[in-house]
Amino acid sequence: MKIAVCLKQVPTRDWQPRLDDAKTWVREQDATFEMNEPDAYALEEGLRLKEQHGGEVVVCSAGPARVAQVLREALARGADRAIHVEGGPFAGAGSTDAFVVATALAEAMTSEQFDLVLTGLQSDDQGFGQTGVVLAEKLGLPHATIVMEVQATPPALRVKRELEGGWFQWVSMPLPAVLTIQSGINQLRYATLKGIMAAKKKEIRSVAPSAAPVVKITIASLYAPEKTKKTHLVEGAPAAAAKELVRLLREEARVI
Amino acid sequence: MILVVAEQRGGKLNRATWESIAAAQQLAAGQPVTVAVVGAGVASVAAELAAAQVQEVVTIDAPALDPYTPDGFTAALAQAIDELAPSTVILPHTYQTRDFAPKLAARLDRALVTDVTAIKGLRAEGSGLGVVFVRPMFQGKLTADVVPQGPAPHVITTQIGSFRADQVVRGSAAAPVRALTVTIDAASIRQKPEAPFQEARQAVDLSQAERIVSVGRGIKEQGKLPLAQQLADALHAELAASRPICDAGWLPMERQVGSSGQTVAPKLYLALGISGAIQHLVGMKGSQTIVAINKDPDAPIFEVAAYGIVGDLFDIVPAMIEALKSPTS
Repeated sequence: MKIAVCLKQVPTRDWQPRLDDAKTWVREQDATFEMNEPDAYALEEGLRLKEQHGGEVVVCSAGPARVAQVLREALARGADRAIHVEGGPFAGAGSTDAFVVATALAEAMTSEQFDLVLTGLQSDDQGFGQTGVVLAEKLGLPHATIVMEVQATPPALRVKRELEGGWFQWVSMPLPAVLTIQSGINQLRYATLKGIMAAKKKEIRSVAPSAAPVVKITIASLYAPEKTKKTHLVEGAPAAAAKELVRLLREEARVI
Repeated sequence: MILVVAEQRGGKLNRATWESIAAAQQLAAGQPVTVAVVGAGVASVAAELAAAQVQEVVTIDAPALDPYTPDGFTAALAQAIDELAPSTVILPHTYQTRDFAPKLAARLDRALVTDVTAIKGLRAEGSGLGVVFVRPMFQGKLTADVVPQGPAPHVITTQIGSFRADQVVRGSAAAPVRALTVTIDAASIRQKPEAPFQEARQAVDLSQAERIVSVGRGIKEQGKLPLAQQLADALHAELAASRPICDAGWLPMERQVGSSGQTVAPKLYLALGISGAIQHLVGMKGSQTIVAINKDPDAPIFEVAAYGIVGDLFDIVPAMIEALKSPTS
């Protein structure tokens, strides 16, 4: 199977975002970046399907020069080659909406004729949860979202979708198809030293989007969340704070 | 006109639909609101929704629309939206909506803003007068005012629990119900869904627990879980977790709280090392007293917590266990 995995590079989870001067995006120059977590699970699923069925795994990412880092990391984990969509709307710092990303990815992927396209279900930064499904529509392929298990027997595909509240559902569809993968579908592997060395020889093909993007969403303002509840923060040394918290839960909140 | 797309399964209305209607009535400011119900055999759901003060309820009823598929719903709603020409389309941000709304927006080539928690008017700056949609970003660490671009209709999904179902304005008489005819070619639906199921895993019903101690990424390793268990025992509480802990296999999935796990509302919810991503908050924000212990003072969990300690849970939890040993403080 020829499998594409779309990766997004996002600021690390433990980074406390700082705003840029316009207060419409974060100060990317202060951030450290990593592979979007659900995308890492999508990559792992792609690698496992390749181990089962043969073929290749091609990782794709749209973004500035820095995203080469996650492509390289994916190659080190076992992906065969990479496509980096850069330039145009992805040239510098700033947010790009899911339509812009999906349109550019679809254009870069069309000639490849992938059997299966995997993405994470949403990104840890903007979290719109749209790119994979918009990509499916742009590629004219069937899709399923929030996938927790993949059974591929080409040309057939059967996937377990997560529903709300602990419910699941199996859905079948023909290949080629697009799946958005839920975190926790598998156990992630990490790159070995051998993998890291091998990745240096693997191809990262650079592709430029052909047309100016049609922006669908702009961020007018970005700010710290407004508190809806006044939190009583208990201060002091750990032992004293813990004792006071227990007292408050007993005598004020009366919940223990 | 603002169009709300209701969600139903097997003739049972998803209550989150009322929240989307409340959002539509807030946004409407004099414009009419229409509700659409998609599926097969949706008459009773339509009748239920007709209680709201809306212009009309339209049914999009076809055998090919049951069970739900993204191909079927996209085809049906694209036709309905073409015919009804709404200025905005609002849906509840359910798993089903997440499955097809981006496809629908792409089919229509229109903007989609997901997971909206509030709607507010944009102050006039130059010529710019309109509305902005408020939604979380960066795992809830930031909030964004987002403006959809391009021609109408813009598609909006409302986060569960953000708009009040009990604030829906009801009509003095039932709204008219009208059937809308769409053409669905069953052969064009590529997904073949099977019946939904629950995995045999309901040994723990967290929704009945009076007290819950819940752990998140801050617990760092599986070997530290006994510490959380000791605190739970001292509080006569059940142990639960956020999604990453269950994904890692450190606790069984049945102990997961959040949108994909259980929804709980205990007297006491004590969150240890849980940052408070929105997927977790929707599963526990109805708790009576929420307590957060986290080393990050900016963690979103503090937004819903009544009590909190900013600090290292590995120092604080043992001290709490000790303090709980004495009957009075």
